[in-house]
Amino acid sequence: MNYFPDEVIEHVFDFVTSHKDRNSISLVCKSWFKIERYSRQNVFIGNCYSISPERLLRRFPCFKSLTLKGKPHFADFNLVPHGWGGFVQPWIEALARSRVGLEELRLKRMVVTDEGLELLSRSFVNFKSLVLVSCEGFSTDGLASIASNCRHLRDLDLQENEIDDHRGQWLSCFPETYTSLVTLNFACLEGETNLVALERLVARSPNLRSLKLNRAVPLDALARLMACAPQIVDLGVGSYEDEQDSESCLKLQAAIRKYTSLRSLSGFLEAAPHCLSAFHPVCHNLTSLNLSYAAEIHGSHLIKLIEHCKKLQRLWILDSIGDKGLEVVASTCKELQELRVFPTDLHGGGNTAVTEDGLVAISAGCPKLHSILYFCQQMTNAALITVARNCPNFIRFRLCILEPHKPDHVTSQPLDEGFGAIVQACKNLKRLSVSGLLTDQVFLYIGMFATQLEMLSIAFAGDTDKGMLYVLNGCKKMRKLEIRDSPFGDAALLADVNKYETMRSLWMSSCEVTLGGCKRLARKAPWLNVEIINENDNNRMEENGYEGRQKVDKLYLYRTVVGTRVDAPPFVWIL
Amino acid sequence: MLSEEELQSNVSVASSPTSNCISKGGGLKVHNYFGLSDSSSVESSTLSGNVEDDKATISLKATELTLGLPGSQSPARETELDEKPFFPLLPTKDEIFSSSQKNIASGNKRGFSDTMYTEKNWMFPEAVATQSVVNKEVTQNIPKGQLGTLNNSSSPPAAKAQIVGWPPVRSYRKNTLATTCKNSDEVDGKPGSAALFVKVSMDGAPYLRKVDLRSYTNYGELSSALEKMFTTFTLGQCGSNGAAGKDMLSETKLKNLLNGKDYVLTYEDKDGDWMLVGDVPWEMFIDVCKKLKIMKGADAIGLAAAPRAMEKSKMRA
Repeated sequence: MNYFPDEVIEHVFDFVTSHKDRNSISLVCKSWFKIERYSRQNVFIGNCYSISPERLLRRFPCFKSLTLKGKPHFADFNLVPHGWGGFVQPWIEALARSRVGLEELRLKRMVVTDEGLELLSRSFVNFKSLVLVSCEGFSTDGLASIASNCRHLRDLDLQENEIDDHRGQWLSCFPETYTSLVTLNFACLEGETNLVALERLVARSPNLRSLKLNRAVPLDALARLMACAPQIVDLGVGSYEDEQDSESCLKLQAAIRKYTSLRSLSGFLEAAPHCLSAFHPVCHNLTSLNLSYAAEIHGSHLIKLIEHCKKLQRLWILDSIGDKGLEVVASTCKELQELRVFPTDLHGGGNTAVTEDGLVAISAGCPKLHSILYFCQQMTNAALITVARNCPNFIRFRLCILEPHKPDHVTSQPLDEGFGAIVQACKNLKRLSVSGLLTDQVFLYIGMFATQLEMLSIAFAGDTDKGMLYVLNGCKKMRKLEIRDSPFGDAALLADVNKYETMRSLWMSSCEVTLGGCKRLARKAPWLNVEIINENDNNRMEENGYEGRQKVDKLYLYRTVVGTRVDAPPFVWIL
Repeated sequence: MLSEEELQSNVSVASSPTSNCISKGGGLKVHNYFGLSDSSSVESSTLSGNVEDDKATISLKATELTLGLPGSQSPARETELDEKPFFPLLPTKDEIFSSSQKNIASGNKRGFSDTMYTEKNWMFPEAVATQSVVNKEVTQNIPKGQLGTLNNSSSPPAAKAQIVGWPPVRSYRKNTLATTCKNSDEVDGKPGSAALFVKVSMDGAPYLRKVDLRSYTNYGELSSALEKMFTTFTLGQCGSNGAAGKDMLSETKLKNLLNGKDYVLTYEDKDGDWMLVGDVPWEMFIDVCKKLKIMKGADAIGLAAAPRAMEKSKMRA
């Protein structure tokens, strides 16, 4: 095996970048394990509680980029109480103490603090990239630390975080000599922005490629910003409703004419139609368009914009575009790979304008489509079967019918056959979310056909434990399974305890699992953390002999090599 | 499909009202999709529905829409589906299975069935709408529709109750959309209690806000709320005059606003005219106000002063 010196092997390994592949090559032999260890640059940890920072550092002493994910996915929908966990502080502290030359930190669903950001900014001389997605717990003061201290910062990318906006001067904390900014995304900040500081920062950042503004940047400021940064590839605009400001609109139009590099556009929380149409000249080059926050824009204006976007690969839109709008997308955007259609009316008022027809139209018109997230009021098996026939290349298929338990609205049958068709046709399906009226049958299909499935989200579906068992037995590559409000109980949970060692995590809330069942599982599988999340005050989760019937409201279990975590709040009981 | 065959053989062992119903028809399609216990009241209503439908089902079987992929065997599917629902009735292999059976047999104590059948959590408002659909398609066994009927026959469904964490949309998205939500649709739909959002813009401010006029009872409250909202944009004394709690601002006070201070509060009424806020009674105001705007005093001089506003209101009355 060792015909080559280590350096040569290492050089070959440099071309292997995916985490899975690197994990695989590290298992080939001891020598390769060692070489791979020391050369691993990017570390991905899908569950921050599966390993400790100390063990990470022992295994990979030389990494430069760390990706960490904290809370389970259903935390996005308020199913995980505040304070559950996912604190990044111990990680930053441990990394700061070590010698690792951290350059990039990417966090998702974690709790970050200003102190942590300050420590981060002071501890790593070459720190270049901070990406925070759906995080919380920090304020603009933390951003000020990053701006002040990270001399080589390239990316500051804040996506959909809950940030306490102190309306401070964090933007002016970037030193005047600092010119290396490549990505700046602060769209999620609620407060006012220091426009002067922003304009000066943008003007002295010749490498700026991605700029996403928050809603407080007005039209005239946008026009000025765009004028001094025509090299921008990815632009996120704010909120422009004022119809009187035609002068700024003209400036905007003039600036846009120079935007030959623009490929991605987002923002538009509110926009007068002629502001939107000012962007038409750049649409023909766009590959990514996110209008999913543009609740105030009428569907017809969205359609007019999209008609110009022939090269679009990624589209995030609201259902106000309607089936007719989706037909326009289908006939215009032949390169479309990813589509997300979000609901405008979150309370299911029945006003949604997209139905199964829109989905079918897209599947028929867009041959390269491989990822879809679709919120709608109604669906039919026939439509899903047609979609499966049209698009056998789905990697991600997420369908959310807004009303739980809703059957095929034409035949009143469950949607088992429709989803069955999807999993049977789409041999590369890795992620699936199901909804509507579903029996155990759909899970039989999933277990049988979805051989590559890694993530499955189930809500209000199934009849008996058999449903969950079909999935656990059938889907060999399952990594994340999340279930809510479905009648799966202890029998399914306990049938194959070793299965959970092959998975990252399992979430079950409002199901039929009992405390007794969970305890049995915890005993059988000491390498799992079995967490019971119980927010109610009257903590009757006690040893009282009735455990067999005591239903658990929220169960979250995950494999770990470091045992019970020490930062769990009182309402989390780790068995 | 192996598992389907297993189920077939197991069904013959089972004895329950459900199975009797099925075997009678021989080749009947009974979709007991909920798979709930016999003892639940819902189940029995489903069963009675099925019995009536049996005869109709047989004759219309041939014309039924069989859904399957091209190449899948529809006839085989039919027989499979007959036996499908009997998961709870499989003979027990070990203790675990029997305990789960018991749970199911004893009628799902759990909140899941509770949530399904109690109106207070959420219901099937669709059921009311799809009643006609249900009646037309009598050949199809529609447990769901019947359940819905059963559920809703006692009392009409109220506004759709909110389920925690549903629909699965990120809080960030929900919050962002909430601040840009629509107003007029909601008002038309529900009498009285709905929010009445109007946009508030201010000269020089970078973005709009929205206020719910129904959450205030007089001009004073509105003024102070706006003042708080726009305080970062150095709002002038626009709001403080109404603090006395009167419904109408007098002419003199308006003059003070125009002359002495920087900003005035104006609104666009149903006719599209821009008027000064404060001239008409509060109730009338929230009825006619479509948009609010905090204008510079100088710009507002040409606007409708008190006399014209009162004229308009007299015309309406």
